Amino acid sequence: MIYLLCLVLFSLGVYCVLRKRNIIKIIVGIIIIEYAVNLFFILVAYREKGRAPILSSQTPILNMVDPLPQALVLTAIVIGLATTALLAAIAMRIYEKYGTFDITKIRELRG
Amino acid sequence: MIELYILLIFMIIGAIVAIEVKDLLSSVVAVGAVGLGLSIAFLILKAPDVAITQLVVEILCLIILIRATLKKDLPFSTSGRWFFNSLITAGFLTIFLFMAAEALQQLPKFGQPIMRVASTYLQQGLSETGAANLVSSVILDFRAYDTLGEATVLFTAVIGVLTLVRRIGRKKIGEKVKAEDE
Repeated sequence: MIYLLCLVLFSLGVYCVLRKRNIIKIIVGIIIIEYAVNLFFILVAYREKGRAPILSSQTPILNMVDPLPQALVLTAIVIGLATTALLAAIAMRIYEKYGTFDITKIRELRG
Repeated sequence: MIELYILLIFMIIGAIVAIEVKDLLSSVVAVGAVGLGLSIAFLILKAPDVAITQLVVEILCLIILIRATLKKDLPFSTSGRWFFNSLITAGFLTIFLFMAAEALQQLPKFGQPIMRVASTYLQQGLSETGAANLVSSVILDFRAYDTLGEATVLFTAVIGVLTLVRRIGRKKIGEKVKAEDE
C-alpha cells in the first residue's frame, strides 16, 4: 500500500516530464522522480520497530534497519544535486540564447 | 505508521501543486516543500544520515532553481495537440501503474527486509572497519569504489556547470560573429 503511494509520486513526475512544455517544469518533474526513487529504496530497507544502524556500547545489535540501501541513497542524493545544477545551468543558457523556456518555441527558432 | 501515510499524502499534494501551478517560482517552492517532507519521512524511517543529507541538498537545490527562475516568468500555453498528447500520457501511466502494482506483490512485505548482504555488515562492521555508524562504514569501506565513482560524476557535473555559466571567452566569439555578419 505504501509502495503504491510512492509509485503515485513517481508517476506524477513522469506525467510532468511528458506533458509540460516549460523547461523548468520538466526539471521539477525530474526532481520529483528522483525523490520517489530515493524514498522507495529507504522504504524497502525499513524493518518493523527497527533501530537506526548506529552501534552503541550499551545495547547489543538486534533489529537494525538495512544499512546498504541507505548508503546507496546517500550517494544518489548528492549525484542528484549535481545533475540538477547541470540541468538548471543548461536551462539558463537556453534562456539567454532564445529568450524563452518553451520547448516548442525553441524547436521552431532552431539556431 | 500513520504519520508516514500522512507525510506521503502531503508530498503527493505538494507535487500536484508544483506541477499544476502557473507561476514558476511557486512551483519551485512547492518542490522545496516536497523535499523537506521527504527529509522528515527519512527520519521516521530510521535513516538519520540520509535525512541530514537530504535537508542540505534540498536547500541548495532550491537556491539553484530560484536563481534559474528569478524574473523569468512566462505565460504558459497548452495549445497544440492537447487531446492526443493527454490521451497517450494517461494511457501510458495507467499501464505503468497497473503493471507496477502487479510487480510489487513479489516484493517482501513492508517492514520485513531480506538483508542477506547486510547481515554480514551488521555483524562484522565494527570489528572490520571500527566505525560505529554502519552507513558510513558501508560508504567508506565496504563500497568505497562506489563512492569514488560518485566523486567522479560529481566532479564532471561541476566542470559542466562551470563551463556553461562562465562568461569569459564567450562574448568574443559572439562579437566576431556579429562583425562577420555586418
